[in-house]
Amino acid sequence: MQEHSAQVAHVHAPPEGFIRKHVFSLDHKVIGKQYYALGLTAVLIGMVLSWLMRFHLVWPAAKVPGLELLSKVGAPGGVITPEYYLSLLTMHGTLMVFFVLTNAPFAGFGNYFLPIQIGAEDMAFPRFNMMSFWVTFVAFLVLITAFFIPDGPPISGWTAYAPLSAVGNDAGPGLGWGQNLWGISIAIFCIGQLLGSLNFIATTLDLRTKGMTLMRMPASTWAWFITACIGLMAFAVLLPACILLILDKNAGTSFFIPAGLVVGDKLQPHAGGSPLLWQHMFWFFGHPEVYIAILPAMGIVTHVLVTSMRKPMLSAKVIIYSMMSIGFLSWVVWGHHMFVSGMNPFSSLLFSFPTLTITIPATIVTLIWLGSLYGANIQINSASLFALGFISMFVSGGISGFFLAQPSIDIYLHATYFVVGHFHMVMGVAAIFGIFSGTYFWFPKMAGRMMNETLGKLHFWLTFVGTYCIFMPFHYLGLVGNVRRYSSFVDDFMAPLMPVHKFITIAAFITGAAQFIFIYNLVHSHFRGKPAPANPWNATSLEWSMPSPPPWDNFGGKHPVVYHDPYQYGVKGSQGDYVMQDSPESIVEE
Amino acid sequence: MSTTTFPSPPSTAPPLPPNGSGAKVAGTRPRPGGHGQSGVWVGIFAITMSFAAFTSALFVRQGSGDWIHVVVPRLLYVNTAVLLLSSITLEMARRAFMNSSALDSGALRNNTLRWLGITLVFGFAFVVGQYMVWRQLAAQGLYLATNSNSSFLYVLTAAHALHVLGGITGLVRLSARLTPRQITLRSSSFANTAIYWHFMGVLWIYLLLVISIRL
Amino acid sequence: MGKFFGVVLALIALLSAYPIVTHMFVQPVDISTHGHAIDEQLSDTMAEAGFAFLGAQLLLAFFVWKYSNRKPGAKVTQIPGGAKLMVATAFILVGTEVLALGVLGQKAWADVYFTPPKPTAMTIQAQAGQFAFYFRYPGADGKFGALHPDKIDEGNGNYFGLDPANDVEARDDIVSGELAIPVNREILLLMHSKDLNHSFYVRELRIQQDFVPGLDLAIHFTATQTGKFEIVCTQLCGLGHYNMKAYLTVLSQDDFDKWLKQKASEQ
Repeated sequence: MQEHSAQVAHVHAPPEGFIRKHVFSLDHKVIGKQYYALGLTAVLIGMVLSWLMRFHLVWPAAKVPGLELLSKVGAPGGVITPEYYLSLLTMHGTLMVFFVLTNAPFAGFGNYFLPIQIGAEDMAFPRFNMMSFWVTFVAFLVLITAFFIPDGPPISGWTAYAPLSAVGNDAGPGLGWGQNLWGISIAIFCIGQLLGSLNFIATTLDLRTKGMTLMRMPASTWAWFITACIGLMAFAVLLPACILLILDKNAGTSFFIPAGLVVGDKLQPHAGGSPLLWQHMFWFFGHPEVYIAILPAMGIVTHVLVTSMRKPMLSAKVIIYSMMSIGFLSWVVWGHHMFVSGMNPFSSLLFSFPTLTITIPATIVTLIWLGSLYGANIQINSASLFALGFISMFVSGGISGFFLAQPSIDIYLHATYFVVGHFHMVMGVAAIFGIFSGTYFWFPKMAGRMMNETLGKLHFWLTFVGTYCIFMPFHYLGLVGNVRRYSSFVDDFMAPLMPVHKFITIAAFITGAAQFIFIYNLVHSHFRGKPAPANPWNATSLEWSMPSPPPWDNFGGKHPVVYHDPYQYGVKGSQGDYVMQDSPESIVEE
Repeated sequence: MSTTTFPSPPSTAPPLPPNGSGAKVAGTRPRPGGHGQSGVWVGIFAITMSFAAFTSALFVRQGSGDWIHVVVPRLLYVNTAVLLLSSITLEMARRAFMNSSALDSGALRNNTLRWLGITLVFGFAFVVGQYMVWRQLAAQGLYLATNSNSSFLYVLTAAHALHVLGGITGLVRLSARLTPRQITLRSSSFANTAIYWHFMGVLWIYLLLVISIRL
Repeated sequence: MGKFFGVVLALIALLSAYPIVTHMFVQPVDISTHGHAIDEQLSDTMAEAGFAFLGAQLLLAFFVWKYSNRKPGAKVTQIPGGAKLMVATAFILVGTEVLALGVLGQKAWADVYFTPPKPTAMTIQAQAGQFAFYFRYPGADGKFGALHPDKIDEGNGNYFGLDPANDVEARDDIVSGELAIPVNREILLLMHSKDLNHSFYVRELRIQQDFVPGLDLAIHFTATQTGKFEIVCTQLCGLGHYNMKAYLTVLSQDDFDKWLKQKASEQ
C-alpha cells in the first residue's frame, strides 16, 4: 500500500487563476471571507426588511415608493398588506437566524481562523469545505427567489408551524410555492452546515499542531468547536423535519396534519398527523440553534477582551467548561418554546428546570468577564468597545430570558413583545456585537490593512445607544401585553402604546443607517486602509505570528510549535507585556 | 496603545526548555490522512441523528389511532441479505488491498477491483431491489400518502437508499483510484469508505427492525 | 473613552430601569382567581432581575471607567478570590434564585394546570378558525352536539358544523361570537381548532393557551370582576391574525341568565 509521505505535504497545491483563487477556492481563508460576505448581504437585506416592518407598524396606510415593483399583490401602490407584512417578517427571521447568525460568526470567522489558531494549513476536508459554502449559497438563492414568484414569500414565520405551513394556499398567500422554496432552501442549508460542522470537528480533533493540546486552544476555537458539535446534531434533525414538511405539503402525507381540518372552506384531505410533532422537531433544532448563534460570539469576545485587557481571563478553563455546559444543556430545554403549546403541562415544568439551570454557566461566564476586568489595563478601540458592549447586551438579553424560563410567567408573556425583545437582545444585538468585535479585531489580519478607528468608534456609539433604544422598549410593551407578529395594531388598547412604537421605529432607522458607516469603513479600508503589521494588537495567538494577510498556506508548509496557552499577557515578554503562543521563551510574571 | 511592528519570532528558535504553563511540548502531530477517520465517524453520527429524528417522529405519530399494520414484501429481506453480503465482499476487497504479501501491484489491483466490483453490483442490486419493493407496495395499493405506516416505510427506505447511493459513489471513487499506472489510494481512505458502507448495513438492520416491529 | 463608556452605560442602565421602577408599564388588573400567584411570581422575578441587571451593568460600567486608559506602565492585577469566587457567586446567587423561583413558581403553574375543574364548573366550547373565535353553550340538555367539519357553513352561521337534524344534542346548542360568562363561576373552556394553530389570550385573566388542531384541550378559570375584556389570538394563523379577536363579557349571574336566554332565542 502507498501512504503519502509523513513529511510535511501541502494539503493542496497553491491556487492559480482568478476562479481558483477567489471563487471556487479550497482555501479556508477565502471560504471564510465568502461566508462573511454572504452574511453581510443577508444582514443588509434583513435590515431593510425590518425597516419595512417597523415602518408599516407605525404608518400602516403609508406608501413605500417602489415596493409595488417588488410585489404588485403584496404591496399594491406601495402600501404593505397584512399578508405581505407577514412575508417580510418570515424572511427577516429566516435570513437573520440562518444566513447571518449561523454564517458570519461561525462559518465566517471560524473557517478563516480555526485552522490558523490551531496551527493547521487548512481544514481537514478542503473540498467539502468549498462545497459547504456553495451549498449554503445555493440555499440563499433559493430562499431569495421566494420574493420574486407570484405566490410570494411564506407568511408562517421563520418557525413555519404546521398546519399553517403544510396545508398550502388554502390558508393564505405565500404558502404554496413560497413555503416550498423556504423548505427546500432550509433543507439545502442544513446540508451545507453539516458539511461545515464536519470539517470543524475533524480539523480540531486531528490537525492541531505540535504542542497544541485541546486546553491550549484559544477561546474562539473552543467556541467554534463546541458550536460545530451542536450544529451537527441540530441540523441533522432539522433536515428530516423539513423533508417531512415538504412531503405533507406536496405529497399528501400527514405527518403534521390531523383529520377534519377545514381551511379556507375546504376540508383538508389529511388524517392523523400531529402539529405538535413539528414543534418538537423544530425546537429540538431551534433551541440549540440559538446557542449556535451566541457561542461563537462569546468565544470571539473572550479572545478580543483578553488582548484588550492585557491580562488573561481569571480562568479560561472555566469559560471553556461553561461553554461546554451551555452546549450540553441546550439539548434538553427545547420545550420552553412550547410551554402553552398544548404540550403536557408536566413536561413544561420538566423543561423549565434545565432552562433555569442554563443561567448558571451563563452567569459564570459573565462574572468571569466582569471579574477579569478588575485590575485590567483596558485598551479602548473599536474591537474592545464592541466586546464590552457585548457583555452589556448579553446581560440584558439573558436576564429577560430568566422571566420566560418560568412557565407560570410565560403564560402571560408568551407571544408578546417581551419575547421579541429577549431574543433580539441576545441574538440581534449581542451576537452581532460579537461579529463586529471580531471584524474590527481581525480585519487587519484578513485584509492586511487597518480599519479607520474614528469611524469604528462612531459606529459603536450609534449602535450601542441605538440598539438599546430599539429593544429595551420591546420589554415594556410585552409587560403590558402587546402581542407579537401583528401586522397592525387596531385595538383601542394599543393606542396609548403607539408613541413607544414610533420611538422604536425612528431609533431603528437611525441605528440601521449607522451601519452604513461600518460598510463604508469595511470597503474603504479594504482598499485604502493603512497597511497592517503582522501583530497590530500585540496579541499572542497563532494568527498574529504570520503576515497580514497570511500566505495561502498559512505557515509556509511548516508546522508551528506551541509552547504554552494562548493568553500570556501581563508578563515580561521579550517583545512587551506578552509572550506569543509559539514563542519558546520562558514565562516570567511581571 | 502602540501599534509598532514587533519583529515576528524566528521560526527556528533555539529549543529552550519551556517552563511554567508550557510544561511539556505535548499534543498531537497532525496526521496526514488520519483525519479521514474523524470525518467518517462525525458523518455517521450526523446521519444517526437524522434517522433518530425520523424514528421519534414515527413513535409520536403512532400515538394517533390510524395505525394500520403493513405487510412488508419478502423482497425486503432478500435486499437485506444482499446488503449484508456486500459488506462481506467489501471487507474481502479491503483485505486484498492491504495484503502486503501480494508484492505485484498488478495482482493487488486486480484482486481488489474484483471484490470491489462485486460489492458495487450488490450495492446497485440493493437499491434497485428497494425500488422494486416500492413497486410491490404500490401494487398492494400502498403509496407514500396512503396511510401513516406507508408514509414512514417509504420515507425511511428512501432516505436510507439515498445514503447508500452516496456510499456507492464512494466505492466508485475507490475503484477509480486503482488506476493501472499508479495506485494513488491511501489505505485509510479505503478503510473510511468501508466504515461508511458497513454503517449502511448496520443502519439498515436497525430500520428493518423498526419497520417489522412497529409498522 | 473608557470613562465615557462607563458613564453612558450607567445612564442607559438607570434609564432602562426607570420605567420599571416607576411602574410605567404594568400588566392590566388581574380579574382571575389564579392570577395573583402569577403576578407575584412576575414581580419577584422583576425584583431579582432588577438587582442583577443594575448590578451587572453598573459593575461593568465602573470597571471600564476605572481600568481603561490607565497610566502607562500600570500593572495588571487579579481580583481577590479569582475564578473560584466568581464560580461560587454564580452558583450561590443563581442557584438560590433558580431554586426559589423555579420551585415556588410551580404553585402558580399547578393552580392553572394541575387543579381539576370543580364539578360545578360551567362548560363552554371555544372554536378558533381563521380569523374568528366562536363559542358554544350546551343548552338545556347540558350536552354538546357532535361536530361535523364537512357541515361547516359560515355563510349560514353554522360555524361549528352542527347537524341538528340528526343530532338531538345539537338542537339546543347556543352559538355566539362573544364569550359571556357569569362572574365568580368557574368556567371549563373546551378548546377546538377548526383549521390551524391559534391561541386564546386574555391578559386580565392571566390565561394563554394554544388551540391545537386534532387535540382536545381544555382550560378552566374563574373571573372575579364584571366587564368587557379582549380575547386575542396569539399564535400566527395567517394574514388576519392581527385582527382575530373576540370579547369576554363577564356579567352578574342574573345578567348572564338573561343573555343566555336571549341568545338561545336567536339560534
